[in-house]
Amino acid sequence: MKKLFLRSGGQWLFLLLLLASRSAGPLYAQSSSDAAFLSTVGQLRTAEFDAKDKIIDQVAQTGHPSVRPVLTAFLEGRLYYRTQDQKIFLVKAGEEDSTTLDLIDPLTLKPAGSASSDSLTKIVTNNHLRRTLQTTLARYGLSSPDAAVRLDSVRDIERDLDESNVQLLRARSGVETDPRVKEEIAAGLALAALDGSDARARLAAVSTLRNSLRQDVLNKLQGLIEKSPDGTFAESDERVRDAAAAAVKSITRRRNFYSGIETLFFGLSLGSVLVLIATGLAITFGVMGVINMAHGELMMLGAYTTYVVQVAMPSHGEISILVAIPAAFLVAALVGILIERTVIRFLYGRPLETLLATFGVSLILQQLVRSIFTALNRSVVTPNWMSGTLQVNDALSITYNRLYIVIFTMMVFAALLVVLKRTRMGLEIRAVSQNRAMAKAMGIRSEWVDAMTFGLGSGIAGIAGVALSQLTNVNPSLGQSYIIDSFLVVVFGGVGNLWGAMTGGMSMGIVNELLEPYAGAVLAKIFVLIALILFIQIRPRGLFPPTGRASENQ
Amino acid sequence: MPPRQYTLWISARKDSGSAWFLGGLALIVIVVPILNLVVPASSAFHISPYGLALIGKYLCYALLALAVDLIWGYCGILSLGHAAFFALGGYAMGMYLMREIGPRGVYGDPVLPDFMVFLNYKSLPWFWHGFNHFGFALLMVVLVPGLLALAFGWFAFRSRVTGVYLSIITQALTYALMLAFFRNDMGFGGNNGFTDFKDILGFDLDSGRVRLVLLVITAFMLAASYLICRMIVSSRAGRVIRAIRDAESRARFLGYRVESFKLWIFVFSAVLAGIAGALYVPQIGIINPSEFAPINSIEVVIWVAVGGRGTLYGAAAGALLVNYAKTYFTSALPEIWNYALGALFVLVTLFLPRGIIGLVQGREKKPGKTQRLPIQTGSPEPSEE
Repeated sequence: MKKLFLRSGGQWLFLLLLLASRSAGPLYAQSSSDAAFLSTVGQLRTAEFDAKDKIIDQVAQTGHPSVRPVLTAFLEGRLYYRTQDQKIFLVKAGEEDSTTLDLIDPLTLKPAGSASSDSLTKIVTNNHLRRTLQTTLARYGLSSPDAAVRLDSVRDIERDLDESNVQLLRARSGVETDPRVKEEIAAGLALAALDGSDARARLAAVSTLRNSLRQDVLNKLQGLIEKSPDGTFAESDERVRDAAAAAVKSITRRRNFYSGIETLFFGLSLGSVLVLIATGLAITFGVMGVINMAHGELMMLGAYTTYVVQVAMPSHGEISILVAIPAAFLVAALVGILIERTVIRFLYGRPLETLLATFGVSLILQQLVRSIFTALNRSVVTPNWMSGTLQVNDALSITYNRLYIVIFTMMVFAALLVVLKRTRMGLEIRAVSQNRAMAKAMGIRSEWVDAMTFGLGSGIAGIAGVALSQLTNVNPSLGQSYIIDSFLVVVFGGVGNLWGAMTGGMSMGIVNELLEPYAGAVLAKIFVLIALILFIQIRPRGLFPPTGRASENQ
Repeated sequence: MPPRQYTLWISARKDSGSAWFLGGLALIVIVVPILNLVVPASSAFHISPYGLALIGKYLCYALLALAVDLIWGYCGILSLGHAAFFALGGYAMGMYLMREIGPRGVYGDPVLPDFMVFLNYKSLPWFWHGFNHFGFALLMVVLVPGLLALAFGWFAFRSRVTGVYLSIITQALTYALMLAFFRNDMGFGGNNGFTDFKDILGFDLDSGRVRLVLLVITAFMLAASYLICRMIVSSRAGRVIRAIRDAESRARFLGYRVESFKLWIFVFSAVLAGIAGALYVPQIGIINPSEFAPINSIEVVIWVAVGGRGTLYGAAAGALLVNYAKTYFTSALPEIWNYALGALFVLVTLFLPRGIIGLVQGREKKPGKTQRLPIQTGSPEPSEE
């Protein structure tokens, strides 16, 4: 106890020195030592509510890297001290009510074990303090060297535009250099100016906000031009109202444009999954005339390979998916070749029978996976670099995993085109699919080419499985839910045509997404199916029908 | 080999398959009631009401398999959506059974079935009117699958959608219907479908006697449908239909209206499937959208392939056999069932292109090397032979 007291005494001394240096320094000095920071935070344990206001300010003054997390934790009621040794800890978010709390060290921000909630005392706040904390955090954020942090705090401040906050923004706008932050501050000031008494300033504010895309700006402007029941407007000046009406129109138009782009992109990403599945099918189904009902199961094997790779390399979670891609290709390709050699090669030229036999294979594969991995859902972790969203502007944001799937599909498709058009193997595949007898006469081992073609198509199914594992849970019936769609894509595009699979998959994805807001997910799907059934009546051979001699045999 | 001449009257010597099949059905009709009514419940040979429902279900499936064999085995149309017609027939019968419950439902509404009260329906949707009459329901059992097949077939066959393309759009059809029937606001009970039936024409569906009668009716319907199918395939039209299966273009060049033949046999087959569904629902006591699942349609095709396509009785036998095996394995060895079923498909298509019936017949008269059953509907690689 005595020791503790001595240490505290030393800290008090330090604090006095710090206080002395404060008045002359810059707004917030971004330099400090751990001890000073800890001692300042430590004062919160015993201080009265009135005094805490000041202490919060002092904590921010220290400029310590932990200022933000500690004050945020305080704001959220997660700041505690251990009753026994008075040591300050943060508590992990979301656990405030449980009996054992996971502790976080305030300096290093690393986990520091756990403790029962009885041995800890919470540092309490009240409404007034919370407001102070919010402002302090915003102010602290505004002076951060990181532009992204500054942008966030400007957004925070905009939520509550009182006089002091406006002052804060105005002060910052003079020194701000980053164009995006500058723009955001201008928008915030304009939003505040709309409530001002000067009509000219309001007009200027409307013309500033005209270029914004934000929902809250739109709501605010719409509020100005709305007529209240007693016939008056919230905005008294007619010129400002006209300008606001024009601005609302322009913002709405641009927002609609961007939401159109977003829908299109959603469609593309949904379509990409279909394309990825359908290109594999287009090879086995189109080039070889084989209906492979086990295609979905090959996909499922790819997804499970991703899961196994992830489990096998737990310390490399970020890159395991990159290892999984070739692994899934190999596993699925080998299983595919096995199926081709043992079953399908006896059934060439009898497409309907192949359908039955491969359906049997799919049942066996499903049960095999169920026996090994059980029927439970396995989840594959999405690496950090694939999660999150890309905020293009205020009206358009794109999630990274969808973006990566679109890019990935394009890469696989391009690679496949190169293999088929530029390599010896591709040449042989095309030769055998066009005229088997002639290809044989030229010395091509058609049996070997069959096996390789089937392996290629199956391998792509495995890769599609890797992509699917990022979107849904991995379970033994994963393949079944996509197989009907992908068959339809192949039929829609035209059997045996890679570009057909591409066009078919993308258009099905986009049409689905376009219909969904109006009809709901299930009805949209039904419409797409019916449209497809009708489309086949008009073009019984799909969008890009096989031409020439090959078409007569299909 | 000259085409065999068939008439409605089966000659046991000329057509032993038909004789065996009809004899077997007759045996079921005679033996099952005895085992159910006469043999005491303590005996191992006693058939419980559950057993009756099971046998009744197999017979309904046999009728469905017959319908699929008629178009696949004889006309080369591989429908992967026939369970849709089966389910539609079942739903039509289910609607009658739901109306028949009347005020005895949980909510006691005199007109609205329970699920409608639950989903806040104020009045009966228009398409539910008339289903309180049994006759109207029977008409719908035939009309709804028939008209759907007519519309679908008219579009498909007129545009000459054949082979794999046709198979896949039939699958899309049943898939779309499944999604539609899963929706609550379709007015067909959503994913719960119809259940808790009370009686049919005033007879209690829970009673063993009523189940027995339903089973006997199903057996008679199966026999009658078999005879009609037999008559169709042995008629002149039946020979045209087989010609279409073997060489569609050639049949067309000879002046036959291929589309018309295909269309009416497809519609007839859909109606048979609908009847099978209508017989299925009162015996099983439930109908829900999972009956539309694409996998069900594929399974039907498997029964036909296992039994032996293009023989009619083979398809029915395949349905009975595979379903019996399924019941047995799923309770005794659930792990094994999927392996066994999967292996069955692979082995049958690889080694028994004429199914189990082909195996039995193969002993009687060995087919020559060139006399393979012409089952392919088109070969992308004719040069392979």
